Amino acid sequence: MKEVRLHGRGGQGVVTAAELMASAAFFDGKETQAFPTFGSERMGAPVASFVRISEKKIRIRSQIYEPDYVIVQDPTLIGSVDVFAGLKQGGLILINTEKKPEELKLKPGFNVKTIPATKIAIEILGRPIPNTVMLGAFAGLTGLVTMDGIKKAMQQRFKAELVEKNMQAVERTFSMLKN
Amino acid sequence: MKKVTEGLKAVAESVALCRPDVISAYPITPQTHIVEELAQIVADGKLKCEFINVESEFSAASTVLGASAAGARAYTATSSQGLLLMMEVLYNMAGMRLPVVITDANRAVSAPINIWSDWQDAITVRDAGLIMMYAEDNQDCCDMHYQAFKIAEDPDVQLPVMVNMDGFILTHAFDPIDFPSQADVDKYLPKYKPLDFLSANNPRSFGLMGGPDRYLETRYAMAETFKSITPVILKAADDFKKMFGRYSGGMIEEYRMEDAETVLVSMGSTISDLKEAVDTMREKGKKIGVLKIRILRPYPAAEIKKALGKCKRVICVEKAISLGGPGILAAELKSAIYANANKPEVSNFIIGLGGRDVKQEHIFELVEKAEKGVCETEFIGLDKKLVEEMDK
Repeated sequence: MKEVRLHGRGGQGVVTAAELMASAAFFDGKETQAFPTFGSERMGAPVASFVRISEKKIRIRSQIYEPDYVIVQDPTLIGSVDVFAGLKQGGLILINTEKKPEELKLKPGFNVKTIPATKIAIEILGRPIPNTVMLGAFAGLTGLVTMDGIKKAMQQRFKAELVEKNMQAVERTFSMLKN
Repeated sequence: MKKVTEGLKAVAESVALCRPDVISAYPITPQTHIVEELAQIVADGKLKCEFINVESEFSAASTVLGASAAGARAYTATSSQGLLLMMEVLYNMAGMRLPVVITDANRAVSAPINIWSDWQDAITVRDAGLIMMYAEDNQDCCDMHYQAFKIAEDPDVQLPVMVNMDGFILTHAFDPIDFPSQADVDKYLPKYKPLDFLSANNPRSFGLMGGPDRYLETRYAMAETFKSITPVILKAADDFKKMFGRYSGGMIEEYRMEDAETVLVSMGSTISDLKEAVDTMREKGKKIGVLKIRILRPYPAAEIKKALGKCKRVICVEKAISLGGPGILAAELKSAIYANANKPEVSNFIIGLGGRDVKQEHIFELVEKAEKGVCETEFIGLDKKLVEEMDK
């Protein structure tokens, strides 16, 4: 089982990103589960969401304390929220920023990747919602969900026009960070 | 069709497939998405149903009570303080023998204000005369709703049914959910035919005075009905399996109990976490199993008595508390097994109140404690520093 934690602020689509990832994994034939941090969500407040993806039925319902992957949709959270909390040694953390990983001066021991997701979102979607842009990059990096799965998840969740634009974003970023 | 859906929306879609004639509800976290989604489904013309907006849960419950008395299939959903506000009406619904289906997103009760999950809200209405079902996961919860209407409306039952789902843990989780087709649901759950109903053409009264000359008999009739509900619940589950291929269980479910010396007993989504922990403990050689209470009312005393006939130790894992009283699940369980020749130790633990996350390590911890000796209403997962501060 792989566990993912997503950080962002209310309004950035952190819960939708988790839902899309779980739905994509479902279309890929996996067992999945996604859930938000439980609370009174407000625009701009730090929020997190979680995804579990497994070959076997997922029974565990507790929050995720030792993720394999972390996605940070808002870099201003770093410092105020411990986005590294519990991240497995060598685990991957994907951060939305125009900076390069080495410029961020983060603690060592993790595989840090960055992507200018807000910039790309404004360019393609016309709105600063980085979630699907990051989902594309994450899928490309980890192979945890497929492009086909993401497309089906979006078709189920969004109207046709939104699917087209968001898929453009995913396609653009899918191979961007691949080594 | 199977798709990843949020728990609340999945419940709304399932309820819509049951074709209620009247829905009335008032929004309250963590239930709100159910009524929002149902309001949308009705507004979009996908469900022919009267959706009645009200100003409180008291009115919501009263509205569905009236609708049900008029012969409509009626539904409402609520949580916590909202359920408590409904309480007076719930007793009336049951007393008038009205088959309303209610979803409760299980949440803590104030004070302090807490919107998160535990079982305290529904436990307070345990004695109102509702049939009470507890969902382990969201598929289970959806499947329970089709069965709930069928059980409630059975001519031999005619009582309200409450489907309980843990707030946030289930309500806000996205899982793959298998939805049946409308045609299949229509076959499983035909149009409601009330035994009697309010009508201007055939004047009647419901819920009139029942004085010392007949109140006792009315309550006796309800108590007798409760004794005969189990076969109806089992049949609803069996018919559901025949129709949809899934069995979401009878009164209880036994998990890895064949040779279990220790049995963990609980309800709702906690069962999933317990099963996970039991698998881990089994790998280390511990003979341990899980007993799920799927139906709290009617209380499955006979099934529990039989299931716990051989084990050495029972551990009740409870997400509600009777302050100043014994463990709620433990007390009922002890009375159920009292006549057994085999008398296991019964421990009970309070866990996860007000949304405190239940971790696997908590489950290992409480098993270890119970193995050392019987524990009564012992809290697990306390923040010791905070307890010390409060002590000052």
